[in-house]
Amino acid sequence: MDNIVGKKSTLTWAVHISMALLVAAWLFPTVGLFVSSFRTADQIATSGWWSSLATQERQVPAIRVAGEEQLVDGRYVIEGRLFEATNAVVSAWGTSSREPEAYAPGQTVDLDGGLQLTVQEDGVYDLTSPTSFGDARLPRIFSTAATPPEFTTDNYSAILFDPRNVDGMAKAFFNTLTVTIPATIIPILVAAFAAYALAWMDFPGRALLIAAIVGLLVVPLQLALIPLLKLHNEVGIGKGYLGVWLAHTGFGLPLAIYLLRNYMVGLPRDIIECAKVDGASDFQIFIKIILPLSFPALASFAIFQFLWTWNDLLVALVFLLDSSGETTVMTKQIVELLGTRGGNWEVLATAAFISIAVPLCVFFAMQKYLVRGLLAGSVK
Amino acid sequence: MNPALQGLITIFIGVGGCIGYFYFSNVFLDKVLFPARGPNAGRNITRANMVRPWLFLAPALIALTIYLAYPVFETLRLSLTERVQGGGYQYVGLDNYRAMFKEPKFWEALNNNLLWLIVVPAASTAFGLLAAQLSDRIRWGNLAKSLIFMPMAISFVGAAVIWKLVYDTRPVDQEQIGILNAVWLAFKGGPISFLFLKLVPIALMLAFAALVGWVGWLFARPMLGGAGRVAPATIPLRLFVGLAALWLIYLSLRSCLTLIGADLPYGVPQTWLTIPFWNSFFLMVVLIWIQTGFAMVILSAAIRGVPEDTIEAAIIDGANPFQIFFKIKIPQIMGTIVVVWTTITIVVLKVFDIVFAMSNGQWETQVLANYMYDKLFRANDWGIGSASAMIIMLLVTPILIWNVYNARKEMR
Repeated sequence: MDNIVGKKSTLTWAVHISMALLVAAWLFPTVGLFVSSFRTADQIATSGWWSSLATQERQVPAIRVAGEEQLVDGRYVIEGRLFEATNAVVSAWGTSSREPEAYAPGQTVDLDGGLQLTVQEDGVYDLTSPTSFGDARLPRIFSTAATPPEFTTDNYSAILFDPRNVDGMAKAFFNTLTVTIPATIIPILVAAFAAYALAWMDFPGRALLIAAIVGLLVVPLQLALIPLLKLHNEVGIGKGYLGVWLAHTGFGLPLAIYLLRNYMVGLPRDIIECAKVDGASDFQIFIKIILPLSFPALASFAIFQFLWTWNDLLVALVFLLDSSGETTVMTKQIVELLGTRGGNWEVLATAAFISIAVPLCVFFAMQKYLVRGLLAGSVK
Repeated sequence: MNPALQGLITIFIGVGGCIGYFYFSNVFLDKVLFPARGPNAGRNITRANMVRPWLFLAPALIALTIYLAYPVFETLRLSLTERVQGGGYQYVGLDNYRAMFKEPKFWEALNNNLLWLIVVPAASTAFGLLAAQLSDRIRWGNLAKSLIFMPMAISFVGAAVIWKLVYDTRPVDQEQIGILNAVWLAFKGGPISFLFLKLVPIALMLAFAALVGWVGWLFARPMLGGAGRVAPATIPLRLFVGLAALWLIYLSLRSCLTLIGADLPYGVPQTWLTIPFWNSFFLMVVLIWIQTGFAMVILSAAIRGVPEDTIEAAIIDGANPFQIFFKIKIPQIMGTIVVVWTTITIVVLKVFDIVFAMSNGQWETQVLANYMYDKLFRANDWGIGSASAMIIMLLVTPILIWNVYNARKEMR
């Protein structure tokens, strides 16, 4: 647009580079969590996730030789492996912390007391001695090894499919679904009828009602917490799914009505008037004409409400969660894990990614409607 | 009962009940109450059409009243009462507010909230504008946009975990697994550290102060000049923006001075979330990260809506890309910028999950929403809890009025 006059802008490269940097910065944290969720606890604790993407060479903490001794050709031998990973390559090793890289792999080294130690490139070592080891302190091996990238899905199977795991997310996942689906579907219908009345029916007080809904759009839900909790307790709903569904319905309605009304107002007047002339009732017009035509707006709101209920913590904390913990949702479960398993990133990252994955799929699949809804909801 | 089954039944009852209600109430209205036949057919049709809108609106209105309108007044009432031992409530006037104003934690929360209110909308809008403008000029712009937009789908709690990993700290002798500390340890105090950790931030802060000064000047100038053309309704807004700008300039200049004098602890991993004052900014980053996508999407649509002939005219007059952006596009999308700003402001006022999950208000990061939650469900003090909720409402009210005013203006 800016180079209509014919001169190509010299800024193009700067634009590409700054955009790439911006995108990278925005993506980086999420990728970090994603990559971490595929690493073992050990890997996460000993190196940054960014270094797991390439072969990394690093010093392995000292490992003390251990194992059963065997008598081979008159010498006592202990054999073992330095690390679990089968594809790591040792580039140097040593037996003291002062010289951790003293020897090359495959080299046989004489130690005190006639001991001989060999460490192979793949981490296999053998220690031999002319006499039995008995209870003697065995030497430590320091090594520097290159480990190619290695990922595992064990975290996911532990957190999703292990029924004995107290940190498991399976139950929370289903609870979240149970909260989300009714809380997404019910307000749509209620709001659609109201939006139709506000858009296409003429009655005194309409303008005032619309203004009131615009006002309610920004009322913080913090205000609703105590009175509604009291109300729920008084009428006997208490804490539970019914309460959280009702609350989400109530809190979602202003946006739903606002979005749908704005969309419905824009529908062509002719269609509706033709239908009226042909004798259709308002109910028929709504069901047969307005509702199908408003699909994009319905979809936008459905996505909003889905994301909002899926990601919600506060409403669930107040209206759903009781002391039994049976109805815990994923957001609450994650907050709890943050408290109890603060350093165990393999648990946290996996749990968080499980809860993020569903909204991300919805997001990428239905982005078009989400953007449309945003534009209808805020730009006027 | 199995919750999933209960959910299905609820969907069924909810959806079926809605449709049934709408259908049968219409039938009842048309066939029984005001039948369109007999001697009063014409009058009955008119009457039925007068009642019908309210049939359509009833469920929504009832839900809105119970779940949003009534709680506002009930909270106001509760904030003036106190629970009496053994049940019941007692009117105590403004005691709850007085008690709250005496708590240092409340002032900390309010201060932090004000800081959030200024920094997050400003930064999100600025980054959103930058991303929108840049992505409109390149071929892979749509991909870039959807990647920047992506955090919108991530829950605040999920985002808190993501950023906790970024801010993670390990003891000195271990390898850092949080990227921020890894980068921090790469600076060893040489000239490059001086450049990146002192000169660049100071330059950025000065630029920020200059920008803020410019915006503040734009808002305040009509009042200072005494031109007499200032709409009286805008005076509080102008005054507020002007004062906020002054305060921000003061803050950034002070930060510059501190930074110049500061002896940065190079080589020592930092626990970022426990550094007072700055830790609030580390929490804000999370919300900025989420909200930038929103700002970008809306501003991008607005930028595309800028009439092309104005840009062409500017190019013919010899304007460079920066002039086009700042002098042609920005003024034309000012309305949208304000909308984005206020929308993010509302999100900020309600921010709860991020603070709750990341620091829970420790180390001076408290915000109002979390303070209120603390009072309500930990201290079990509904009076002060309601009072702090009213403070949030009070902060939202100007935006509420402004929105309603605009909506009414549009409908005319």
